[in-house]
Amino acid sequence: MNATEAALAEKELDEAARVAHEYRLAKNKRERRARLFKHIFLIFFSFIMLYPLLWLLASSLKPENEIFGSLGLWPSTFNWSNYSEGWEALPVSFTIFYRNSTIVTVLCVLGNLFSCSFAAYAFARLEFTGKRLFFGLMMMTLMIPYHVVLIPQYVMFLKLGWVDTYLPLIVPRFLASDGFFIFLMVQFFRQIPRELDEAAQIDGCSSFKIYWAVILPLSLPALATSAIFSMIWVWEDFLAPLIYLNDIQNYTVPLALRLFIAQEGESAFGQMFAMSVLSLVPVVIFFVAFQKLIVRGIATSGMK
Amino acid sequence: MIAGLEEITDGTIAINGRVVNDLPASKRELSMVFQSYALYPHMTVRKNLAFGLQNLKMDRAEIERRVDEAARILQIEPLLHRKPRQLSGGQKQRVAIGRSIVREPQLFLFDEPLSNLDAELRVQMRVELASLYERLKTTMIYVTHDQVEAMTLATRIVVLRAGRIEQVGTPEELYTKPANLFVAGFIGSPKINMFDATVTGTGADRKLNLGDFGTYPLPPELAEGHERMTVCVRPEAIKLDSGSVQAEGRVRLVEYLGSETIVHVDLPSGTPLIFQTHQMEKHRVGEVVRVGYDPADQHLFDADGQRLMLGETLVA
Repeated sequence: MNATEAALAEKELDEAARVAHEYRLAKNKRERRARLFKHIFLIFFSFIMLYPLLWLLASSLKPENEIFGSLGLWPSTFNWSNYSEGWEALPVSFTIFYRNSTIVTVLCVLGNLFSCSFAAYAFARLEFTGKRLFFGLMMMTLMIPYHVVLIPQYVMFLKLGWVDTYLPLIVPRFLASDGFFIFLMVQFFRQIPRELDEAAQIDGCSSFKIYWAVILPLSLPALATSAIFSMIWVWEDFLAPLIYLNDIQNYTVPLALRLFIAQEGESAFGQMFAMSVLSLVPVVIFFVAFQKLIVRGIATSGMK
Repeated sequence: MIAGLEEITDGTIAINGRVVNDLPASKRELSMVFQSYALYPHMTVRKNLAFGLQNLKMDRAEIERRVDEAARILQIEPLLHRKPRQLSGGQKQRVAIGRSIVREPQLFLFDEPLSNLDAELRVQMRVELASLYERLKTTMIYVTHDQVEAMTLATRIVVLRAGRIEQVGTPEELYTKPANLFVAGFIGSPKINMFDATVTGTGADRKLNLGDFGTYPLPPELAEGHERMTVCVRPEAIKLDSGSVQAEGRVRLVEYLGSETIVHVDLPSGTPLIFQTHQMEKHRVGEVVRVGYDPADQHLFDADGQRLMLGETLVA
């Protein structure tokens, strides 16, 4: 290879490197643009999804006349007084409503966790006559809409003299009335290896002790899921409290919110939205606190 | 069933002379090691060991003593505060055994305890189990599919097939006097050689016809009956160029294991034969070899696969 050939070859190499470099630049640019479009697309639809919530948040801070006047989210002035005034705006303070809601929710969640896991343990682990039949019946209750049993249930609680107390809301939860949670837990318990039950049996555990000392501690994710859902459903429940609670002193938060909408005269929408925002706070806190348990998951590594 | 986890359909189960048919698992004074270990994942090793004793309402100091003692025997003291998920397979296995030791039972049940361990650890745990038995002298019932475990650990082996007992005996009995074809084929590695044979002639003149190995006289005890039988010969009883019964075959595969060599041979009829040799001579695939054995080393089985007793008795 003489000198000119070598120089030529080097030139060709440089040319190839340049083309490759340009190609890479173009590719990077294309990829960046694709990513940008993807993000714009996602942000746009997230905004549409979140709009009602943002609107609620914004409206809780807007002056009354501005709420329905514009679609815009940014308030002209930040009307924080909606919160402080809203809290005491009704004949009974929201402190009472929150107390009521808390009592009902805490008891309902506890009731659901205990009774449903108990029933689920029986379905998942114990042998008894008619087990399949009862399981089928339990599954059927999942399919019956609440509104079908509403009236017979009301009549029953009326006869028991429980109307205008919290008992109709709370007592059924202690009787494993929620088929959904039973089903959820049955599925979860079935995954727990049976050898653990057998080991516990040899270790001298009764069926109840196996449930209490082995199955329950291993079911934290299922219990957390059930706790979150039953907390959200009970806290936000409007229909059942509406039917069974008459005295405003007994009202739960969702019932109280409705009181802002006046039958006649002017409704205090700003205050209602402010209180609505506050009513979401416990749900969010509860969810954040318990979802860690779900994520952490079960450590079944006592097995192989 | 022995543990009381399943109902028995018939018969009685007695532990130390006490019939335990209707006793719950925890009252039978036995403990069990599961194939999957079945440690409680949410409890520390210490709690795993102590859990059964706490259920017995045992004195706290006594529980401490037994747990520490078991941890010392099994060398798991540094692990007592860990959870099962932080343990390796062998450590979990030790904890599972520890959980059964602390109860100081009348009987140990082992359900394939080593089958989830890797080969090296399995050998190590096997030795430890053997020394554990030497130390505790408590009866152990040990279920395994691994015949090495069975042969090395057992004082008595029960060979089961599909829930039926095939043979009961010491490891030596099972090896030297298998009661039927299943046991003969099951115990021993490499597997015993099996040849189909027919019987020709009558009375004292009866001869065994093995095809490849030709014909030779039957033992005098078998003067009648049994027109067809199976002849089994252990691989180590087959010798090169010797033995009173011989055949030629072509080497198909040579497995060199260091201390011994396993040679797979195809006999002219296509019947495979395996023999084992400790000699250092080299065998090559395709080579023709002459193999033979002495009828004294053979095991005879009738058409139903049952051992033909020739003046011997089986301890059952």
